[in-house]
Amino acid sequence: MPGDFATEILGQSATKSSVEALRSELGLDKHPIPRYFEWLSNVFQGDFGSSFSGRSKVQGDQGDRSRLVVELIIPRLKNTLFLTGVSALVAIPLALLLGISAALYRNSVYDRSATGFSLVTVSSPEFFTGYIFILLLATLFPVFPTIANVNEDTSLIDRFYLTALPVFTLTLVTMGHMMRMTRSAIINILSSEYIEMAKLSGATRYEVIVKHALPNAWAPIAQVITINLAYMLIGSVVVEFVFNYQGIGRLMVGSVYNRDIPVVQACALIFASTYVILNLLADLIGIISNPRLLYPK
Amino acid sequence: MSENTQSYSAKGEVSNITKRRTRFERIKIAFSKAPLSAWFGMIVLSIYLIAAFFAPFIAPHGEAEVFPVAYAPWGGEHLLGTDQIGRDILSRLIFASRNTLGICFLACTIALFIGTIFGIIAAIDRSYIDQILSRSIDTLMAIPVMIFTFILLSVFGPSNLNLILILGVLESTRFFRISRSVAVGQVVLEYVEVAKLRGEKLSYIIFREILPNIASPLIVEFGVRFIFIIFTVSSLSFLGLGIQPPAADWAAMVRENAILIQYAQYDITAGLTPLIPAAIIALLALAINFVIDWYLYITSGLKDDIK
Amino acid sequence: MTSNNKKELLLEMKNIHIDGFSDERWHKILKGVDLNLYRGEILGLIGESGAGKSTMGKAAMGYTQPGCKIIKGEILFNGTDLAKLTEFEKRKIWGTKISYVAQSAAASFNPAHRLMDQTISAANRAKINPTEVLRKDAVQLYESLQLPDAENIGERYPHQVSGGQLQRIMTAMAMSPRPELIIFDEPTTALDVTTQVEVLSAMRSIVDKFNTAAIYITHDLAVVAQMADRIKVLRYGEEVEESETREMLSNPKEEYTKSLWSVRSLIKPEETNEDYMLSIKNIDAAYGSSKVLHNVSVNIPRGKTVAIVGESGSGKSTTARVITGLLPQTKGEIIFDGKKLSPKLEQRSKEELRRIQIIFQMPDTAMNPKQTVDEIIGRPIEFYHGVKGKEREAKVIELLKMIELDESFLDRLPSELSGGQKQRICIARALAANPDLIICDEVTSALDQIVQEGILKLLQKLQKDLGVTYIFITHDIATVKAISDEIVVMYQGEVVEQGLKSKILNPPHPDYTELLLSSVPEMDPDWLTNLLNKRSS
Repeated sequence: MPGDFATEILGQSATKSSVEALRSELGLDKHPIPRYFEWLSNVFQGDFGSSFSGRSKVQGDQGDRSRLVVELIIPRLKNTLFLTGVSALVAIPLALLLGISAALYRNSVYDRSATGFSLVTVSSPEFFTGYIFILLLATLFPVFPTIANVNEDTSLIDRFYLTALPVFTLTLVTMGHMMRMTRSAIINILSSEYIEMAKLSGATRYEVIVKHALPNAWAPIAQVITINLAYMLIGSVVVEFVFNYQGIGRLMVGSVYNRDIPVVQACALIFASTYVILNLLADLIGIISNPRLLYPK
Repeated sequence: MSENTQSYSAKGEVSNITKRRTRFERIKIAFSKAPLSAWFGMIVLSIYLIAAFFAPFIAPHGEAEVFPVAYAPWGGEHLLGTDQIGRDILSRLIFASRNTLGICFLACTIALFIGTIFGIIAAIDRSYIDQILSRSIDTLMAIPVMIFTFILLSVFGPSNLNLILILGVLESTRFFRISRSVAVGQVVLEYVEVAKLRGEKLSYIIFREILPNIASPLIVEFGVRFIFIIFTVSSLSFLGLGIQPPAADWAAMVRENAILIQYAQYDITAGLTPLIPAAIIALLALAINFVIDWYLYITSGLKDDIK
Repeated sequence: MTSNNKKELLLEMKNIHIDGFSDERWHKILKGVDLNLYRGEILGLIGESGAGKSTMGKAAMGYTQPGCKIIKGEILFNGTDLAKLTEFEKRKIWGTKISYVAQSAAASFNPAHRLMDQTISAANRAKINPTEVLRKDAVQLYESLQLPDAENIGERYPHQVSGGQLQRIMTAMAMSPRPELIIFDEPTTALDVTTQVEVLSAMRSIVDKFNTAAIYITHDLAVVAQMADRIKVLRYGEEVEESETREMLSNPKEEYTKSLWSVRSLIKPEETNEDYMLSIKNIDAAYGSSKVLHNVSVNIPRGKTVAIVGESGSGKSTTARVITGLLPQTKGEIIFDGKKLSPKLEQRSKEELRRIQIIFQMPDTAMNPKQTVDEIIGRPIEFYHGVKGKEREAKVIELLKMIELDESFLDRLPSELSGGQKQRICIARALAANPDLIICDEVTSALDQIVQEGILKLLQKLQKDLGVTYIFITHDIATVKAISDEIVVMYQGEVVEQGLKSKILNPPHPDYTELLLSSVPEMDPDWLTNLLNKRSS
């Protein structure tokens, strides 16, 4: 996709001089690196700059319509948080339940079907699952809408209805990963020597699980959850595109098409920093939960 | 049960040891006991590989050959219809295997080489080289691959070469981490020290001592990352930044034909058309997962084989 | 030890057959073993690794490890056949009437629970007494076991307490419900000799005090002599012999039993000379910022064997690492055959590296699991002497013969060899370089007794034939007696004393040597009692 923003806005008929003029106003003529640092320092002051696209030509003269990137992002961010938040609330308990019970009844029919199910979901990319839902639940049997048209004024009930399909998709995809990781973490704990010792000391099955295994399990599980929240965040980009859901991911993709660079940069920054924070959190949990560090010698 | 200690011999020493089966025998046994899922996985994978290698001979039409009717229904000349420009969908599906598998395999292999070599070096030299490498890799790993690739491609342009190089470098971090952690487990064992004490060169220690002992987990990681790279490339293509037209790509085909879904009530095949390339990706991932699981089972089980 | 009046039969195991599943096959682990245990007596169960003693011990409580199955036999505990009970019924007995003390206390405690909670958990669950009573009782048990700060140690977590202390707390845990039978599964194997003494005495005193019956499983003959009233010997899943301790020690009946006992009778006549193969002078060494060797000086006479003795943390292995160049010293010098050696491995010449070889303790990890015997022994031949092909193979076979094996071993992988065979291959690998000095770092410590004897004899023969000099690092005094000319005693990174074997082993001793030598269990059932009396006076 060659060509830059200035040329794009002014259209094919732009003359060289007007392109130059627009370029210098937008700062596109400055060398990229100092531009980047300038942008970064502005970001830390809360100023994400102005969207390029707000300047698009309009019929009639309505003055300078450039919008602040921040104004553009905040509603989208709220939408994405809603989507991922609801998906997380559904996916996490389900995945933990499935994962833990599969580990407890290892190699049973239940375990094998649960594992098989998670294998299938893990192998299905978001656009596959998403379109299947659309086909089944929106087109053939119109239960839910195909496009999740959410805006500022949508009521909460309507929100749930409109975002049902994207939530299903995101949930299904993440659940598979979470279930597998949880299952293997629990199996790992159950094969520890101190679990055998507990059995030899007469502990009942219930005690072994609740009193002995679980206290050692919450840490790896917390890590699994945090890591999968990070995956979910990335997965939401595709899901938003499939359902045309007005979230940050959709915005970022759309802005690349329009070559609206400040917006792209801002979105990318938000994704990246959230991802980094979540991973940092997972590492931190791993460190804190180690009893050797909690209670030093 | 008495044995005269005077006639004690080292040769006849205790061993509940079964005679080692030759490699050929072991492979034969492994295959004969492979579960249905493993067979499914291997057969499916072979089909994809054949499609990738022999695409020009198998596909009924050309990859970019345009026909007069766009969105043609299934049947006749075009078993799966035509797409939005009028290209034969079936042929494009077959050619897409070549593009996707090729690019992803190259990227994964580059990642494997870079990551493993550096990982082993970091494991052997645990002082400042390890620190520098590990810190920089940690920083690189903190950035989500898809977002980063997305940005880089929008800046540098979405060419196949860029795709391979960017993903190759970003994914090498995963290989670094796993090869380093497994290698560290080997490096502390005395046989590596024995080699060092002999005065062996670094390359000997890496390739003849350590590598054979870390091969198994690396193979598994290759499979896992391969799937991840396929998904990343597909998501990027789906969003428009991956493999560029006129080259065929499964995920791009999903997006191109997504509009057909709404006609499912009238013609179910129309609704299915965009789902087929997506299902192809899912099937591939499933097949690879089955093979990986089976390989994991064998390599852990084999430890009991030779006691 | 309790006297043996007419006693009640507590445990009667008849004709026990247990199989284990591995390598897609069922293997026989126990092939028809009987066991009788009377109330209040301690039975020692000894045998080498693979004899089936741990399986037998666990079977005594009716437990089989995953992958094992009881094929035949009765396990009559107080008249009830445990083999026929359900898991649920067995669990009521476990932890209350029968307790188990595992080999590795560190791995057997739950890292997330406090020690006191774990100590009283079994008794608490069975509601033997109210919790408060159990807690007070636990503190008293801790005191009898001579744990430091008995009042508060229960509030700690497992990782905050040392290995020896954990083992004792585990014993307290086993005692808390006042069981009728305790099974001790190799409880002191992982401990230092000096710690072991304390733990042994604690265990014995508590078992005596409460008149509990016990099965004591170990491979260490001298230890079992201290603890048991009767001893049963197992080999390859079958019983070899059983009799009362004193009887068995003075008059073993079977050949195999005799051989176990006789291992400790090897003695080497000492010799020495002033011609030093290796001299290290005033060596300091450190790992990072913590200093581990302080002013260590040792002289190794040519063609002789110097044993470096000490416990874990003494610095003996570190000294070996300094000599080989793996850990460069921070101060001091190494003189090999008259010439100074560079502290760093990388700066030494190939010749210098060739002439000093080292053999490690664990043959499992000292060889590349993916290389055949031919490759393992052949590589140094090729590397140092430039010999390849048929000539190399001939030399490998020659070395195999020297270590009392033959060419049928060429194609084998390390996993297909027994422990003793593996160690011999490591010896051959060291010999392949044709060295002047071989450092043996605890090379027999991981082997069974009979196998140890074989290796030590081999090493002596090689010294006689080839004139190699040995530095023999070990913590086992019996080995030292068997193989050394001179002895160096180390403690916490310093040399306590060095000199001729006879001088070191005979009094007078510096304090630490006294402690070390006296802590080594001897084949005298009264040894422990006498030692404790001597120390407390």
